[in-house]
Amino acid sequence: MKPRPLGYARPQSVTEALAALAVPDVEAKVLAGGQSLVPLMSLRLAAPDLLVDINRLSELSYVAVADGQVRVGALARHADVLASEAAAAAQPLLRKALRFVAHPAIRNRGTTVGSIVHADPAGEMPAVLALLAGTVVVASTAGRRSIPASEFFLGPLESAVQPGELATEVQFPVLSGPAAGTGFSEVSRRRGDYAVCGVAAIAWLGADGRIGGAKAAYLSVAPSPVVLDLTEAVAARPADDVLFPAAASLVRARLEPESDIHATAGYRRQLAGVLTERALVEALAQAREAVTA
Amino acid sequence: MSPPDELHRVEMRGAKLHGEELHEVRLIVNGAARTAHVPARRLLSDCIRHDLRLTGTHVGCEHGVCGACTILLDGAPVRSCLLLAVSADGAAITTIEGLAEPDGALSPVQQAFSECHGLQCGFCTPGFLTTVTAGLRAVPDPDDEQAREMIAGNLCRCTGYQNILASVHRAAEITRDRPSRVASREAAATPAGPA
Repeated sequence: MKPRPLGYARPQSVTEALAALAVPDVEAKVLAGGQSLVPLMSLRLAAPDLLVDINRLSELSYVAVADGQVRVGALARHADVLASEAAAAAQPLLRKALRFVAHPAIRNRGTTVGSIVHADPAGEMPAVLALLAGTVVVASTAGRRSIPASEFFLGPLESAVQPGELATEVQFPVLSGPAAGTGFSEVSRRRGDYAVCGVAAIAWLGADGRIGGAKAAYLSVAPSPVVLDLTEAVAARPADDVLFPAAASLVRARLEPESDIHATAGYRRQLAGVLTERALVEALAQAREAVTA
Repeated sequence: MSPPDELHRVEMRGAKLHGEELHEVRLIVNGAARTAHVPARRLLSDCIRHDLRLTGTHVGCEHGVCGACTILLDGAPVRSCLLLAVSADGAAITTIEGLAEPDGALSPVQQAFSECHGLQCGFCTPGFLTTVTAGLRAVPDPDDEQAREMIAGNLCRCTGYQNILASVHRAAEITRDRPSRVASREAAATPAGPA
């Protein structure tokens, strides 16, 4: 239950961090919040040669809204993003989902960018990034590149970040349009535990005030976040509906969850439908408020 | 380098055995400047218990689930088993040993847990006390839901939580009734910087 011996570097700048990550034949891991990495090391499921501790790179601790994106730096803690009024106003789904990320003591240390790079299939923020079609910016000594969410999550605990690269920023598109809303719902065995199933949803109204369309992203039902377009099941229905049996059926038909010690596949599929309806109700309520405001 | 004290020597002996590089870690611990020399893999919980010899911080699951090892890092509750000591270099931490008043009187949270029987075996208690101490600073007058949310990240196998919830409410009451003492505790907890 203790990490294996390892090397440690504490760069004072992004340039220094990239140089430390670029050393050949050294398996290096970036240490930010460490709320997933440290237990993995303690359990000896991860045993890097070198930790590159980016906790001194205060230039990466920002949460900013610019150019239609909520930009979250690699050192912004979950608690920082949760507390940001600007981020909550620009993309309300961030705060709605972050409230389900572990416990306050974990959110005080863990970073939003780190949880996305960690790519846990049960993670809330990977699903949010996938739903919003956001972007991850990574840097290396070779330069910078932007990776769209659709190409970022490769499998369980596997992201598109390559050896030598540092994810410096995640960009969540702001909620656009005058008649859109978001919702988040999940079920876990105990509060703050990994979700048995979770849903992030976005819905928008048409010009006639009825539902224009909706999308949802799912966690804990597949090796990486799954995004489903629900428009065909909800379009043109009244925006104050509280039951969406067609959407729930569509979701249950499309998802292929697996059984584990926490839940059977059948229960997960059932949950996915129910939680979709709840998230849609929340999203539509926000969309209606946006219209009347 | 300062003359090696006993703890330091133990560390150096370990380094020879395992060939691990040691890193100097400076911490303000309950208001006092402390230094430890630790390998990079040393968990902060182990640094607190083994290097600093403050065994009030308890280690339960050692992977972030139980909350027993919760301490305050620069005032905010964190799991000390999920931090590497070397990464906390320069921080001010508060452990269970730092909660009582300067004169040794119980803090409002400690007194409330005592009055309401908010503990039985006591293993999880250090984590609850630090968590609730920070929680009441953020939410001084919690309702039932907020009190539950405050302690949701800490496991207790004895009490069934009801008396812990009562303790949270009682601690809020005591804090309101003892403003002067709380003020003096806050002043004492403010880091004075490395000596």
